[in-house]
Amino acid sequence: MKRRITSHGEPGPGDAGKTGSWRVLRPIIDYNKCAPAKKNKKLCFLCWLYCPDGVITKTIEPAIDYEYCKGCGICAEECPSKAIEMIEESVFFNKEK
Amino acid sequence: MRKDIIEIRWHGRGGQGAVTAAKIVANAAFNVGYRGVLMMPTFGTERRGAPVVTFLKLSKEKIYDISPIEKPDMVVVLDHLIIEEVSIIDDIKPGGFLIVNTPKPVEAYKYNGLKVAVADVTKIACEAGLQNGIVNSGIIGAFAKASGLVDIEALVEAIKYEFKERKPIENALAASLTYDKTVIGDK
Amino acid sequence: MHIIESGNVAAAIGVKLSRTQVIAAYPITPQTPLTEKLSEFVELGELDAQYIPVESEHSALAVCIAASSTGARAFTGTSANGLLYMSEQIHWAAGARLPIVMCVVNRGIGAPWTVWNDHQDSISQRDNGWIQIYANDHQQIIDSVIKAFFLAEKVSIPVMVCYDGYILSHTYMPFEIPDQSKVDEFLPKFSPNYALHPDEPANLNSVTFPDVRNDIRGNLAPGYMEIRHMLHRDMREAIGEIDEIDKRYLKIFGRGGTPFVEGYKNEDAAFIAVCLGSLSYRLRDVVDTLRQEGINVGVVSIHVYRPFPEKEVVCAFKKAKKVIVFEKALSYGNEGALYADIKSALYSCEERPLVQNYILGIGGREIKTDDLYNTLKDSCTIHKSSICQPKWIGLKM
Repeated sequence: MKRRITSHGEPGPGDAGKTGSWRVLRPIIDYNKCAPAKKNKKLCFLCWLYCPDGVITKTIEPAIDYEYCKGCGICAEECPSKAIEMIEESVFFNKEK
Repeated sequence: MRKDIIEIRWHGRGGQGAVTAAKIVANAAFNVGYRGVLMMPTFGTERRGAPVVTFLKLSKEKIYDISPIEKPDMVVVLDHLIIEEVSIIDDIKPGGFLIVNTPKPVEAYKYNGLKVAVADVTKIACEAGLQNGIVNSGIIGAFAKASGLVDIEALVEAIKYEFKERKPIENALAASLTYDKTVIGDK
Repeated sequence: MHIIESGNVAAAIGVKLSRTQVIAAYPITPQTPLTEKLSEFVELGELDAQYIPVESEHSALAVCIAASSTGARAFTGTSANGLLYMSEQIHWAAGARLPIVMCVVNRGIGAPWTVWNDHQDSISQRDNGWIQIYANDHQQIIDSVIKAFFLAEKVSIPVMVCYDGYILSHTYMPFEIPDQSKVDEFLPKFSPNYALHPDEPANLNSVTFPDVRNDIRGNLAPGYMEIRHMLHRDMREAIGEIDEIDKRYLKIFGRGGTPFVEGYKNEDAAFIAVCLGSLSYRLRDVVDTLRQEGINVGVVSIHVYRPFPEKEVVCAFKKAKKVIVFEKALSYGNEGALYADIKSALYSCEERPLVQNYILGIGGREIKTDDLYNTLKDSCTIHKSSICQPKWIGLKM
């Protein structure tokens, strides 16, 4: 381990803990509308590109890591197919309970 | 303060090359053994055609005092009209030297207690093959003759080096011709 | 090899010999010939560096910060308002611990606009975590630049090499150019602890919390206060490094031996003039004249202003009954900054000399030799009552 004398953050999950708990709105991808999922092709991936926390995979059927997703909603805003909907966390809270 | 420093003030016009002339003398002086060589152009906003001043200090020992010359031992003037334009004679040390590029004879310059040397550098430089108005190499010849501080040979070498891409032979010739034609007046 | 050239050219040659890799600068009087010379070196292929033209001083230092973060040896230079325009990045470079070297060609600060020399520009930047070195002549400029790169890279702190605008920057005098092979021996390639690279990405100097916290590996990461403490600690430790570097430079190049303060006839002097930069050399002739008149006087110049080498400064005043501080800058509403620092350094001494302060040469006001002589002569008496607010020399009002 090198001696650090500055503020030096390395990329990796959870620099600020499991930030999924910060979420108020949860992005849900509708794969019937999502372009790569619908066409089974590597295209679009704007959600992956724009996600500031890097929690969306660049895969056919993009997947969101909800352990770290803060629910900022940028993916939903950017999705050209309007495939991502932001849904009240409380809905899932009640369901998951 | 220090008696061993020779202080020479150069007067020219912006663009005339007084700084280059002083720099050439500085280099030649260093090459012949002066360890203390200091050349300072005037500080600020020089414009082409306006009177400009450059200071040159020479000594056998290192010079620590970087400051404008207050009482010069010698004053070198690249354009005789400057003498009428700005006051440059009054603060020369008693017994000091005034060296002028002028078409006038040496008798035209009479100042109490000052030695005067003149040469028509503008004309001589043209004879040497330089463009009209190039006087900063020629004036060095007059300086060498009048001051006797640095050998003309060393100065000619320094001129050739400085002007290596701009007519070195003609510039060197201008200096040596001026050296021969410089007239030193009786006190 | 000796040449006769200007101080700006001396600095440029030092930068070239140091094999600087990135240069970004914005021209400002009296620094301009320095950047012109450097761009010429790069254009002619004499210096294998990226010369990055920028639209402001802020960008100049921002480019150097980026370049230094990737492990490149970076240089910039500026003066006066240019220095102030980059001020925010100056603090950043220090906090980010990037070993950038910058020449500050000292000039007064507007308003009113001035292009002439005083020290207000670099003095106003003394608390930003950079090492500050002041040179007295061209030899010290070129040597200081080369040493500055080694020092900066050794302690991971940026270094300012300050020299008087016009008085040094535009004056021609002889100086020796060190051999490239010897400079290479003295100054190896820059190899930082960490260099930004796509294979090893990092988030540098992002928001850092007031308290410490664990990083992603579970190791304790320093908080803002720890990082700033380390900057101060390493700045103090740099004093030892400066001494070592000077010794090594002396061995290789035969020049040095006075890394912190340079004294002249100060060993036995009862009265000592002190200042930063070329004025101290000018005062040598005044000291010689006063010595001939039987006045026991000497002069000391401070090379390293930050970190302040108080031990070495106090040591230079061994026999002094009075220390007279000449300054080309001041902390408005109080007194000269160097004066305050010297008083503070002397406070722990049992027998403290008196300390007096003169302000002079502000905005290039000509410093007359007679004024220096008369002022120093008048100061060489012990009158406690005379010590108060700084006195201004050459003021015409």
